Amino acid sequence: MSDRKRLLTPYLFVLPNVLIFLIFVVFPAIYGLVLSFTKWDVISDPVFVGLKNYISIFSSESFWDTTRKTFIYVFAVVPWTFVTSLALALLLDMKIRLRSVMRALFYIPSMLSAVVIGVSWRWILGDNFGVINYLLERAGFKSVGWLTTPSWAMFVVILVRVWARAGYYMVIFLAGLQSISSVYYEAARIDGASVWQQFWQITLPLLKPTSLVVVVLTGIEAFKVFDLIVVMTTGGPGKATTFLVQDIYRWAFERGDLGYASAMSVVLLLILGLLTAVQFGIAERGGNAYE
Amino acid sequence: MNKWSKRLAELSGLLLALVFVIPVLWVVLSSFKSGYEIFAWPPTFLPENPNLGNYVQALKKSNFGLYFANSFYVSTLSTMLTLVINSMAGYALAKFSFRGNRLIFFSFIATLMIPLQVILVPIFLVVKSLGLYNSLWGVIIPPAATPTGVFLVRQYMITIPDEIMESARMDGASEWKIFWIVMMPLAKPVLTALTIFSFMWRWNDFLWPFIVIGTQRKYTIQVAIANFVGQFSVDWNSLLAISVLAMVPMLIVFLIFQRHFMKGIALSGLKM
Repeated sequence: MSDRKRLLTPYLFVLPNVLIFLIFVVFPAIYGLVLSFTKWDVISDPVFVGLKNYISIFSSESFWDTTRKTFIYVFAVVPWTFVTSLALALLLDMKIRLRSVMRALFYIPSMLSAVVIGVSWRWILGDNFGVINYLLERAGFKSVGWLTTPSWAMFVVILVRVWARAGYYMVIFLAGLQSISSVYYEAARIDGASVWQQFWQITLPLLKPTSLVVVVLTGIEAFKVFDLIVVMTTGGPGKATTFLVQDIYRWAFERGDLGYASAMSVVLLLILGLLTAVQFGIAERGGNAYE
Repeated sequence: MNKWSKRLAELSGLLLALVFVIPVLWVVLSSFKSGYEIFAWPPTFLPENPNLGNYVQALKKSNFGLYFANSFYVSTLSTMLTLVINSMAGYALAKFSFRGNRLIFFSFIATLMIPLQVILVPIFLVVKSLGLYNSLWGVIIPPAATPTGVFLVRQYMITIPDEIMESARMDGASEWKIFWIVMMPLAKPVLTALTIFSFMWRWNDFLWPFIVIGTQRKYTIQVAIANFVGQFSVDWNSLLAISVLAMVPMLIVFLIFQRHFMKGIALSGLKM
């Protein structure tokens, strides 16, 4: 084989993947950025309007309201998922009986689509046919409008999210836990450290890389939430559970304001990038404190 | 750890497992209840006379058979495409040193930061102008180039010794043959994991088909279910039956390939 051909080989191998990325990720990302500086209703040609979309976004009350709700959602989902999945992983890391069965059962919701999960919980939480309200009434409480009261709806979409994803992050934590050498624990035990001390002094610090991955992934995932909400509440009642992606979808596909929707997308992307950077930054600095 | 705390841990583990399973189980049980029993107050736990009435009704009344077929078609073809192009890219990035290798690798990983959700508008326009709007190919091709897949294959193939390729080259095998006949079989563990994941991603995917597909006949099962929920009066009997059917392939895949799942998640989560 000629050298020339040999040089070309790796490029040919990466080509299909690169092409799809260029066409369906890189180009749209740039295109979206460009569109965010235009006014476009699909029918007529796009018109360059400079920063006008951004100005109207930042001066729109509904944008801040949606953003605030999205942050509430994310800042509830992330720690809850973190604590739940870590607790499950710690439990399975003890050499208890039936742990592989438990692991499989914890993981089951993570296998199911957001749509199916949404339907399932709507069925369970229905106002006058849901089994939860039946059980509440049986126990002498009043039934609750889980998906029809704004604050309960917010609570429920958070809870269901945690329920749906905890099993997945549990697996990541388990791998992290198993990579911690038992030598540390043995030494700690000899020094008379309690289980509690071992957790705070050994497990948690050594689990930091894994924790960071879990926080970043759950955070990004929660910011992007769309399907679960579409099925469970369609953003309601009112706009109680309307988050950023859903708002973008509405501006683009229901109101046909593509420029405005694109500008919102850019803002969302910036928020995502910023938060990830902050998280890694905190982790870097925190790292020195331990060492 | 003493015996009692171990028993306590086991007990709480089992209780927690119930929290994760009972909601799913409740939906499955409800789906086998007859028309009125489903709304019975007080509700019955086990179906009084379990039957497939809801399933028959759901499949007869609407096009759910077709939606399932669409989902299988999309998930299968997209997974095949993912396997081929991701392993080609992963192989090149693992086994060739060439100009741009690192750049391409990190760009792949960086695209994880640009989820579909933030490029909804331009993606829609691109898909439309390429003539892929309302075509199942529009659901199959774009999401097939997964960064996670490239990453997994690359990490795995790095561990395969170069000598194997070199000796095949000495024997005069073409580059394509080396990849296809020598490397692919060696990468079987990672390819199995990728197959399972890809199939699950595509089967469960909602947003891509939701954006790309416009007419009912091309709905995938997830879009069809979401659309069904949105209707004014929800037909819960059919809806629950269909939702259970949509769970079944995933549960089967999970039962068979559980180990691969756990390994795959641990790999992709930890190293990224």
